[in-house]
Amino acid sequence: MTTNARIAVPQGVKPTTNVTKGFDLSQKEGYRLNVASRSESPASGRGTPVNVPSADSGDDLKFSKGKEKLDPVVLYRKERGDVREHLYMVVIGHVDAGKSTLMGHLLYALGQVNQKTMHKYEQESRKLGKQSFMYAWVLDETGEERNRGITMDVGSFQFETKHKTITLLDAPGHKDFIPNMISGAGHADVALLVVDATRGEFETGFDYGGQTREHALLVRSLGIAQLAVAINKLDTVSWSQQRFDEIKVKLRTFLRQAGFRENDVAFVPCSGLTGQNLVQEPTEKELLSWYNGPSLIEVLDNFKCPERPITKPFRFSVNDLFKGTGSSFCVSGRVETGFLSVGERVLVCPSRELAVVKGVAIEESPKQFIFAGDQASVTLSGIEMQNVAVGFILSDPGNPVQISSKFQAKIVVFNVTVPITKGFSVILHHQSLVEPAVVSKLIAQLHKNTGEVIKKHPRFLSNNTSAMVEIQTTRPIALELYCDCKELGRIMLRVSGVTIAAGLIMKIIL
Amino acid sequence: MKLIYKELDKDGEGTICVIPEEPEDMWHAYNLISEGDSVRGSTIRKVQSESSTGSSTSNRVRTTLTISVENIEYDTQGCMLRLKGRNIVENQYVKMGAYHTLDLELNRKFTLRKHEWDSVSLDRIETACDPAKNADVAAIIMQEGLAHVCLITPSMTLIRAKIDVSIPRKRKNFPQQHDKGLVKFYDNVLQALLRHINFDVVKCVLIASPGFVRDQFFEYLFQTAIKTDNKVLLENKGKFMLVHSSSGFKHSLREVLQDSAVIAKMADTKAAGEVKALEKFYSTLQMEPDKAFYGKKHIERAIESMAIETLMISDSLFRCRNFALRKEYVQIVDAVKEMGGEVKIFSSMHISGERKS
Repeated sequence: MTTNARIAVPQGVKPTTNVTKGFDLSQKEGYRLNVASRSESPASGRGTPVNVPSADSGDDLKFSKGKEKLDPVVLYRKERGDVREHLYMVVIGHVDAGKSTLMGHLLYALGQVNQKTMHKYEQESRKLGKQSFMYAWVLDETGEERNRGITMDVGSFQFETKHKTITLLDAPGHKDFIPNMISGAGHADVALLVVDATRGEFETGFDYGGQTREHALLVRSLGIAQLAVAINKLDTVSWSQQRFDEIKVKLRTFLRQAGFRENDVAFVPCSGLTGQNLVQEPTEKELLSWYNGPSLIEVLDNFKCPERPITKPFRFSVNDLFKGTGSSFCVSGRVETGFLSVGERVLVCPSRELAVVKGVAIEESPKQFIFAGDQASVTLSGIEMQNVAVGFILSDPGNPVQISSKFQAKIVVFNVTVPITKGFSVILHHQSLVEPAVVSKLIAQLHKNTGEVIKKHPRFLSNNTSAMVEIQTTRPIALELYCDCKELGRIMLRVSGVTIAAGLIMKIIL
Repeated sequence: MKLIYKELDKDGEGTICVIPEEPEDMWHAYNLISEGDSVRGSTIRKVQSESSTGSSTSNRVRTTLTISVENIEYDTQGCMLRLKGRNIVENQYVKMGAYHTLDLELNRKFTLRKHEWDSVSLDRIETACDPAKNADVAAIIMQEGLAHVCLITPSMTLIRAKIDVSIPRKRKNFPQQHDKGLVKFYDNVLQALLRHINFDVVKCVLIASPGFVRDQFFEYLFQTAIKTDNKVLLENKGKFMLVHSSSGFKHSLREVLQDSAVIAKMADTKAAGEVKALEKFYSTLQMEPDKAFYGKKHIERAIESMAIETLMISDSLFRCRNFALRKEYVQIVDAVKEMGGEVKIFSSMHISGERKS
């Protein structure tokens, strides 16, 4: 292992210091100064503040011991203090609600897509007889998606608003691609729910079985608290205020039940195809007669940036892996907690293998550090590509993520057609991981609001109940308790294409 | 399975002689034989003989042995059954009490003697010897990056191959890696299909997936077949059936077997019937929780009040080592039959059975 690491360490960094770093927890305070070899590295000419005494070493000793020489807070301020806040937003909604078109038009209106490309899309989509999809083509890039006119995998695009940089993740709305949508939503801070205002269409999407409900429940269970609702295609009902209010009332009641706070939900009328009320002030007289609220882009700009848990130990969930240039390969995903710098070693879990970080990049531009909340790609070496898979977690070797195939979770059961019994086989979604699992024990049924035990060892769990269960996966997976790490402590259970429950990991059984 | 003869006493003791003809029969044999039974069959034994000069030679002899079974091993993939036990009948080569491991082979008869043949075992012999069955179905359950190639026989679902490849996602301006990964994945599935599915036996091949993976794969399959001039595939094109499933995991097979088009094609197989019964159980549990029960204690209580319409029980319960416990389960089954209820014995080798136990 040591030899491996030595080969792979970038030039200029002394291999020996690099190797000890993650493990030698007994380093003395004064010793920190010695490890300043980092700044000798030609790549990092930024004068890392290595000997600044760590401000949080007292109360947060548990988390900072692996990275003694770098204080994440100071570093974060230095690296990111002068740039706009970066926000990740997932776009959700029923299939054909117009998510991709809305986003495509928004990007075009913001000037992110140039006229020439747009013209090309227009020509080509007309050739296929699908001209209304021309804006969606901005985000749907594969031929399959364009031919069929639906989004299949999450597309991403970065754009800037007045105060923020926003990366939008365009999730697929079709029922079959919800696993893709979950992995996209797991990486987002806020969500934009798109609903179709056309008569009949909203009802199909919202009534039982539609994805509007399921998506909203999913993002809430994934920990997203802020939501904007774009009521789309209002031009088809001639910008009727009555229709807007009708949908608003219905959704508001539902979203409150789902656990969104009223203040965190904003409603915007718009049209993705005509481009009304996206960036510019609306021009439609019928809309102006009753609406004077913000346009879509203003609503997005008003989202609050969540606190980034940068002081916690490093965790990175792998969402995709691909071959980079040369012999190494890249994994892309999201930094859940902590931060990572080039040259560090990471533990790849659950296979428990060490790898060396050769480079990190955000949106194709190389960086020296990445922090919690970033969506980044990490170039790894010292590990075979076969030994990493989607759903794996990269973690700090000094403070690794827990690995187990059995755990207890507190779950909330959604609308299910068949009750959950002991031995029920489900598909477990945990960050990007999708793994078959079995509900091996029903420990107790809990009261929905108070969490008190109603019944021990219930025979089955039916609709809208809350319970403590034990879940067993076939292979060990990397996970964390919800109280230690919110991001890695959430799970989702699905059966035959329907989400049946969401839960929090309460106890890991080793 | 072919029944040669059956000799049973009044009190249930007796011998039965059968010839297993298909891999499937090994599964039945596995469920029939329990510890303490004696099995007589032909086997090969290495025998050492010492000559008068003291030099020893060893040679392999085929002989017929009778052993008292102490340990049973079943290989699900190879459909092999190995029985370990002591020799109980005097033999030219093997001493009494010497250990021997008997491999049951196809098309060689064996005799099974039990101290007590219960109703469950006798039923199984009957079903195993029923020639009017055999709807062999192959199924490929897939999603992007994951595929299972399975064979569904009347009482077993065998996973023949599992293909797990990570396919790079679509990234801006780099769709090539995604496409390349996908083609490689389809190629792996195709190879598995050709290797594991014998089109002479299989009557129907189900391709199930969420989204458009099945259509893409089907297209790829026949494009490749035309390119490589694969006659077997081209001739059997009519056997393929595309079905929807929610994922590529094994337990999605349940959804596939519920699909109305599939039910029409393979209604008589045990697998489909089991799925249906289990689904009924779950819906009763949801609608009228007082009418559906599971767990041994609850069921015993239900028997006391004579209130069972359908009993579903996994065959793994009858395979347990504890003789007394097995007897209890048999008693449950008999009690239900007596009161006019229906008993469905689930195969633990099917998806539905895995959920039951």
